[in-house]
Amino acid sequence: MNELPQQLANGLALGALYGLIAIGYTMVYGIVQLINFAHGEIFMIGGFGALTIYLWLPGGTSLLLAIPAMIVGGAIASVAVATAAERFAYRPLRGAPRLAPLITAIGLSIVLQQLVWSFYPDATKARSFPEFTGESFRITDDLILQRADAFVLVLAPLCMLILGVFVSKSRSGRAMQATAQDPDTAKLMGINTDRIIVMAFAIGAAFAAVAAVAYGLDKGQINFEMGFILGLKAFTAAVLGGIGNIYGAMVGGVVLGLAESLSIAYIEEIPGMQQLGGGAWSNVWAFVLLIVVLLVRPQGLLGERVADRA
Amino acid sequence: MRNRSLLILSAVVTTGALTLTACGSRDDDKGSGDSGGKTTVVIGVDAPLTGSLSPLGQGIKNSVDLAVRTANKENVVPGVEFKIESYDDQAVPASGQANAQKLVGDKEVLGVVGPLNSGVAQSMQGDFAKANLTQVSPANTNPALSQGDNWAKNEKKRPFPTYFRTTTTDVIQGKFAAQYLYNDAKKRKVFVVDDKQTYGAGLAAIFAEEFKRLGGTVVGTDHVTVKETDFSSTADKVKSKGADSVYFGGQHPEGGLLSDQVKKVGAKVPTMGGDALYDPAYISASGESNDGDISTSVGFPIEKLDTAKKFISDYAAQNYKDPYGAYGGYAYDGAWAIVQAVKNVVTENGGKVPSDARAKVTEAMGKVTFSGVTGQVGFDEFGDTTNKQLTVNTVTAGKWKDVKSSTFED
Repeated sequence: MNELPQQLANGLALGALYGLIAIGYTMVYGIVQLINFAHGEIFMIGGFGALTIYLWLPGGTSLLLAIPAMIVGGAIASVAVATAAERFAYRPLRGAPRLAPLITAIGLSIVLQQLVWSFYPDATKARSFPEFTGESFRITDDLILQRADAFVLVLAPLCMLILGVFVSKSRSGRAMQATAQDPDTAKLMGINTDRIIVMAFAIGAAFAAVAAVAYGLDKGQINFEMGFILGLKAFTAAVLGGIGNIYGAMVGGVVLGLAESLSIAYIEEIPGMQQLGGGAWSNVWAFVLLIVVLLVRPQGLLGERVADRA
Repeated sequence: MRNRSLLILSAVVTTGALTLTACGSRDDDKGSGDSGGKTTVVIGVDAPLTGSLSPLGQGIKNSVDLAVRTANKENVVPGVEFKIESYDDQAVPASGQANAQKLVGDKEVLGVVGPLNSGVAQSMQGDFAKANLTQVSPANTNPALSQGDNWAKNEKKRPFPTYFRTTTTDVIQGKFAAQYLYNDAKKRKVFVVDDKQTYGAGLAAIFAEEFKRLGGTVVGTDHVTVKETDFSSTADKVKSKGADSVYFGGQHPEGGLLSDQVKKVGAKVPTMGGDALYDPAYISASGESNDGDISTSVGFPIEKLDTAKKFISDYAAQNYKDPYGAYGGYAYDGAWAIVQAVKNVVTENGGKVPSDARAKVTEAMGKVTFSGVTGQVGFDEFGDTTNKQLTVNTVTAGKWKDVKSSTFED
């Protein structure tokens, strides 16, 4: 059988998930040039928020009804934490050297993990998350699309579309672009840049919550550590696609996801490369790709070369 | 939340108390027996008490706690009060080594039970050997830990005289698994996956070799990375290679996800693994269609052993928060072996703990033999258990159910 369609579908679904998380990195970086390393934990908190809502709903609620509620619940949790982090951890450091907020972000990420570990019931172990029931979609003999993958493949482009329209058409979106280009001038033009920054954090967090629900539905479990590796991968996706560019985040995510799944499947088929293939090496190949892309296009796939205003 | 703060509080109190007693114990050593009070002997515990493997680690810690309570209650060693001191290694080798150094530094520690992971054990063995401090693992199954790196070439050499274990090795377990899968389950085409860790990669290699020797085919191999969660590409390879079974060398968080994802891509084949998968958490991690997944576990199911009845009822009576899990019985036996060794040493020394107690206890460990929770406990010349009983379990209606128990034969 031909493995390619299935591996492409896997890569796309994984990539779409990376992309959704990467939006959070890229929006915050685009506006305040901060790499919010706690974003992986915002994602994780979104998952736990959604789980809380699911457990609160009466048993037997149809999953299709539950999912919107879970997304809303997850988003409330993650947006609340992200905006609180912005207000109390990052805003006081706005004028500080760039390393200070970066280290703060790393510290915050550890704090958030430990808080969930300590205070969420039974979060010291993986908590099981509702899953789609029923058969996967059989598209051809070579391509079986799991329900959870289909879910993320529909949801991710939809979210991107909404975000794209919001940023380019709405008043707040244009204010956001202005702030990204030049925060001082934007402020002089009467834009409340503090509000715009909070908004960037909130949008990123909401996307992370959507990603967390998709992730939970796919894997059937969430745990307090899950944000770390996914956050790292999503950050890589954001850099790959050109950090600061929202479409770049999605493109970077998809490219990274495809690189991972195709390298697992095909590198070992190349004669002489058998030792360098398989799941053990997928991260290596993904980062080789990142390095190559950054050598050729230092600004990332869709990034624009911007004057450094450090 | 209350438990957590209790834990912190008790940790603070015990460390405080230990520092105080450690300060005082120097005087005791010189004028020992002057007070008429009991000498304190600490049995250390190192296991993952947090993180995804914490259910197993907590089971180990509680079982050692139970052994210590029993020893004190029954006054097994007159004049000696046993205490437990537990450390969390989070399944990380570096944390394990830091804990080993702390345990070595506390002179009252005469034996340590742990760790859970073979990779963590590797990082601790050297520190314990230097200090002559006995270590009994209730769960390590990697052969190199007791038989040296060249065990596969029949050049067995015990690297650390202080290392003992109450579970059998992966050589036995891997071969046993291959024999079951080939002879009993009648599988011929297996796809082998491991997690690149000491335990998982070792077990998978032994399994694959025996499976091929029996006449089966390994249709493909792959590796996954610990703490990652997306194995769908690996799962697709299982399907496209036409495997009729998957063998996974690794821990249950990854194993459960792999089994789930293999079934989701439409390959209706069972996943088999070692004792690390034999945990209720594997079943919750592996989704809905995990019926028929297989794990081997070391020893006979302790619920069915007459020797374990007292352990099970005593454990229940203590109302521990976590169950004893797959390794509780072995942890209890490990702690009990240390208690027995201390007893022999103290008896020989006229009822007192000798000044070179650690070396004496290590020496005595090799000769210990008693009827424990998991059967007859004793150690061979490598420090490995003499008990070679194993069990095959399958998932049936959301629970691990034992299907075959026997003593391994080569």
